[in-house]
Amino acid sequence: MAEFTLPKNSVVTEGKTFPAPQGASNTRRFEIYRWNPDSGENPRIDSYLLDMDECGPMVLDAMLKIKNDIDSTLTFRRSCREGVCGSCAMNINGKNTLACTKAIDSYPGTIKIFPLPHMQVVKDLVPDMTHFYAQYASIKPWIATQTPAPADSERLQSHEDRAKLDGLYECVLCACCSTSCPSYWWNSERYLGPAVLLQAYRWLVDSRDENTGARLDELEDPFKLYRCHTIMNCTDTCPKGLNPAKAIAETKQMLVKRQLG
Amino acid sequence: MATNTNRPTSPHLQIYKLPLTGIISISHRMTGVLLTLGLVLFVLMISAVAGGSESYSAMQAMMNTWLAKLVLWGFIYALFFHLCHGVRHLLWDAGQSFDKETLNRYAVVELASSLLLTLLTWLIF
Repeated sequence: MAEFTLPKNSVVTEGKTFPAPQGASNTRRFEIYRWNPDSGENPRIDSYLLDMDECGPMVLDAMLKIKNDIDSTLTFRRSCREGVCGSCAMNINGKNTLACTKAIDSYPGTIKIFPLPHMQVVKDLVPDMTHFYAQYASIKPWIATQTPAPADSERLQSHEDRAKLDGLYECVLCACCSTSCPSYWWNSERYLGPAVLLQAYRWLVDSRDENTGARLDELEDPFKLYRCHTIMNCTDTCPKGLNPAKAIAETKQMLVKRQLG
Repeated sequence: MATNTNRPTSPHLQIYKLPLTGIISISHRMTGVLLTLGLVLFVLMISAVAGGSESYSAMQAMMNTWLAKLVLWGFIYALFFHLCHGVRHLLWDAGQSFDKETLNRYAVVELASSLLLTLLTWLIF
C-alpha cells in the first residue's frame, strides 16, 4: 500500500549552516540532505554558502568543493564527471538528474539537493541500489540465442536493425527515471520501473536476440509492466534525453500484437 | 562496526517537482473518483423524480442554489477533463505523441479543450 508521508525516522530536520568565506561577493547557497548512519539522528538539511568565483560550473563541482574545502564528511557517488557513468544521479531542485552534467547557472538562487526519491539511504546522498540492480538482472540483459553462431563471422545486423537500438543503448542506468516515477515509489517491490523496462525493450528489439517470446512472457504481468500509467515523469527527467515511457508503450504494443497473431 | 539497518526513506512527494504531465495524470485519477461519487448524486436526483412531485420540487429547490450549481459545473468540467486525458491515453496506447518536446504542449491543449467544451455546454444550455 502506498505510503504518502515519510516514516518517523525519515522526517527531515534543520541542520548546520556553513557561512561563505570572508570577502566573497559572488555567493550561492546549497542546501543538502545529510544522514549519518552512526549518529542515530534523523536526516537533516545542511546549508553551505559557496564563493562562486572559486568554483567550477557544474553542480558536481560545487559538491566536490564542499567536500574538499569545507566539510569532508559530505558523502556522494561520482566517477566520470561527464554523464556516462550515472553515479552522481540525485534530486536537484525537485528533479532527478546527473550532478555532473547540470550547470549551476541553469538554476536561479538556492540549490537544494536530495538523494534519489523514495529510496533507502545508506548515507547522505547515497541510496541503496541493490533492489534496482536485482530487477535489472531479472530481465537477463544479455543476448540469448537458439541458433549456432555463424562459423566465420559475428552475428551481423543491418544498419536499419542497428538503428532500432538508438535511444535505448545510451541508457546509463542512473535510475533517475525509475526514482521519479510515483508508480515505482508505491510498487517498487513488484513493478520493474522505467529504467529496467527500457532495458528490457532494448533486448526485445535487438534483431540478433532469439529469445523475444520468452522475454515477453516474463513481462506479461499486471505489476512488472502494467503498473506504468503513462505519468511521463521518466521521460521528463531523463538526463540523457531518452524516452522510457515510449519504450514501455511499444512493449505493450508488442504484447497486444502477439495476442492478435 | 555494525551496519545501521534503520535506514531512512529519502523524501519523494515532499520534494519532487511534478511536470505538467504528472499533475494532469494525478488529476485524471482524482476526477475519475469524483465522477464516480457524482453518480451517487445523479441516482439521488433520479429517485427524487421517481418519488413524485413533492420530492421533485424539493430536489429542484436544492439544485437551484449557487453551491449546487457550482458543484454541477465542476462535475461537467471534470467529465470533459477526464474525457480529454482519456483520448490522450488512447493516443499513447497507439504509440503516438510521445515526443519529449510536445508532452507539455499537448497537456495545455487538453486543459484548453476541456475548458472550451465546458464553455460550449454552458452556451448551449
